Amino acid sequence: MMEAQMLQIQKLDFSYRGKKVLRQISFGVEQGKVVSIMGANGSGKSTLLRLLRGRLQPDGGEVRWGNAAAHKLSRREMALKVAVVPQQLQQPFGFQVREMVAMGRYIYQQPLAGPSRQDWKIVDEALASTDSAHLATRCSAELSGGELQRVMLARALAQQAPVLMLDEATSQLDMGHKRSICLLLRHLGQNGKTIVQVSHDMNSAAEISHKILLLSPAGEQIAFGSPYEVLTSAHIEAAYGVQVDIQRYLSTGGGTGGGTGESTEILRFLPQPLTSRSTP
Amino acid sequence: MQPSIRHTYLWLPLCLLFLGGAVVAGLIYGTVPLTPSELVDILLHPQSSGLKSTVVWQLRLPRVGLAALVGMALAVSGTVFQAVLRNPLADPYILGVSGGAALGAVLALTFFSVQSYVVPSLAFSGALLALFLVYLVARAHQAATHTLILAGVMVGSLCTAMLMFLLLYAPADPMRNALFWLAGNLARGEERWLPYGAGVCMILVLLLWSRAGLLDVFTQGEDVAADLGVDIGRERMFLFCAAGLLVAIAVALAGLVGFVGLVVPHAIRLLWGAGHTRLIPAAAIVGAGFLVGADAIARTVLAPAEVPVGVVTALVGAPFFLYLLRLRGR
Repeated sequence: MMEAQMLQIQKLDFSYRGKKVLRQISFGVEQGKVVSIMGANGSGKSTLLRLLRGRLQPDGGEVRWGNAAAHKLSRREMALKVAVVPQQLQQPFGFQVREMVAMGRYIYQQPLAGPSRQDWKIVDEALASTDSAHLATRCSAELSGGELQRVMLARALAQQAPVLMLDEATSQLDMGHKRSICLLLRHLGQNGKTIVQVSHDMNSAAEISHKILLLSPAGEQIAFGSPYEVLTSAHIEAAYGVQVDIQRYLSTGGGTGGGTGESTEILRFLPQPLTSRSTP
Repeated sequence: MQPSIRHTYLWLPLCLLFLGGAVVAGLIYGTVPLTPSELVDILLHPQSSGLKSTVVWQLRLPRVGLAALVGMALAVSGTVFQAVLRNPLADPYILGVSGGAALGAVLALTFFSVQSYVVPSLAFSGALLALFLVYLVARAHQAATHTLILAGVMVGSLCTAMLMFLLLYAPADPMRNALFWLAGNLARGEERWLPYGAGVCMILVLLLWSRAGLLDVFTQGEDVAADLGVDIGRERMFLFCAAGLLVAIAVALAGLVGFVGLVVPHAIRLLWGAGHTRLIPAAAIVGAGFLVGADAIARTVLAPAEVPVGVVTALVGAPFFLYLLRLRGR
């Protein structure tokens, strides 16, 4: 069966202040898949994510959501399609966590009414599904980084958009929190959520992504495809200028997998030790 | 800030209690002090004659009403500016509205002086003109926040420069009046404007309260707000205009009363969190009570002379604010 293409990107060009940031990017996002956008700092990943949700207008090519060009959709229409988990941000005001998550229901609220009983129910479910029900009455300004990021994820889930976008949402978290969010993302993907994320964590991206888009430092598309096709040592060196050892091994398939019982191949990326780099 | 925020409906009776206490104080204290039982007697018998009855019905009630209105307008507009600018230390006068109003008022005091209605009219016009000027500049940049603030500061400075010029070359008598006006006071008998001001302010406050969810979302920053589905340019313009109009009315009626718009929202956030569904009405009620109380103090400390109420709010507000800053630093 053909999977529905939610999002089509064709020959996308974008420049910022006369400098080309992205060149000739073409790929598609299918419903229910996890797509990771990877590349060095400054390779235009966040910009690409902004183009995908119509916050920027491309110079050439197009981003299509079904029949509509992304930048022609209203903010409200876009919020019904995409929920965004931002990079961690400061909270100058202390909200109750539940109220914070209820902000995800903004688009559904009637002009003169606050969140309905139904909205609050969805808020509580979103908190529960991110394992943060216990934070419900905490003050948002007092949360730790890991807690705040879970709450942000809960807010994005409360928005009930088919697509979830994460812009380096876990890059400031420690290994344990990063991992639990990754598990959560995989779980969401298995339940039909489409996920587009910008990530620097090659190991977990390879593990949870169906497709990976790798960008060069100049904003060109190095490759788009499955982790096995894209994350080769040649591609990785082109993207990051680093040589990596790639280890492949079979996982016994214990975890939260699709239930088929098949063992899956896992990729592990190890950068060359600092000592083995040839000195200039 | 407390680690957890639990919502009960206790905030409403507490806020109303504060306002009620302030109103009673505002009615009792003054040049002619009353006992509580006298006050009850007077309020229950509006037709009775006598000096004290006249004082309460003709002087103090309108004045308390004016103070409540101005306090409410300033506290709510401060709340809105703080949310939209994402800065808990923003002030209702941040967009240069105060400068325009001050210039209008001092123009009126210098050239027309006598009729009491001229001063608020010109102050209001000045405030609107300043707001419009800021809007014109900012519109070219789709009202980006920093453009709004910069334009506000510039318009404010321009007005202040002209104000200085006027004050330096004005005769001494209007200048004294002007200073009194600039310090903020409620004693100029602007009561005839009260019903209109109150009507418009109530509508604006209710309108802003109805957009509490929008204000919540704005505190997350415009980028995030846009992703949550907000048409930033349009909504920001609406919020600025509504809050700016509130400030213009407050300034026209009472001059430059400081600190209400800064301290009241801040204190309420500390008590009950930043959710605007509660914050807006709580700030409205407590802001009203705060200014009524401050005005009662302003009328009594040097009685029969009066201290400008802006001096009292600053004397009470500034130390409280420093205390809040210390709390935040920890």
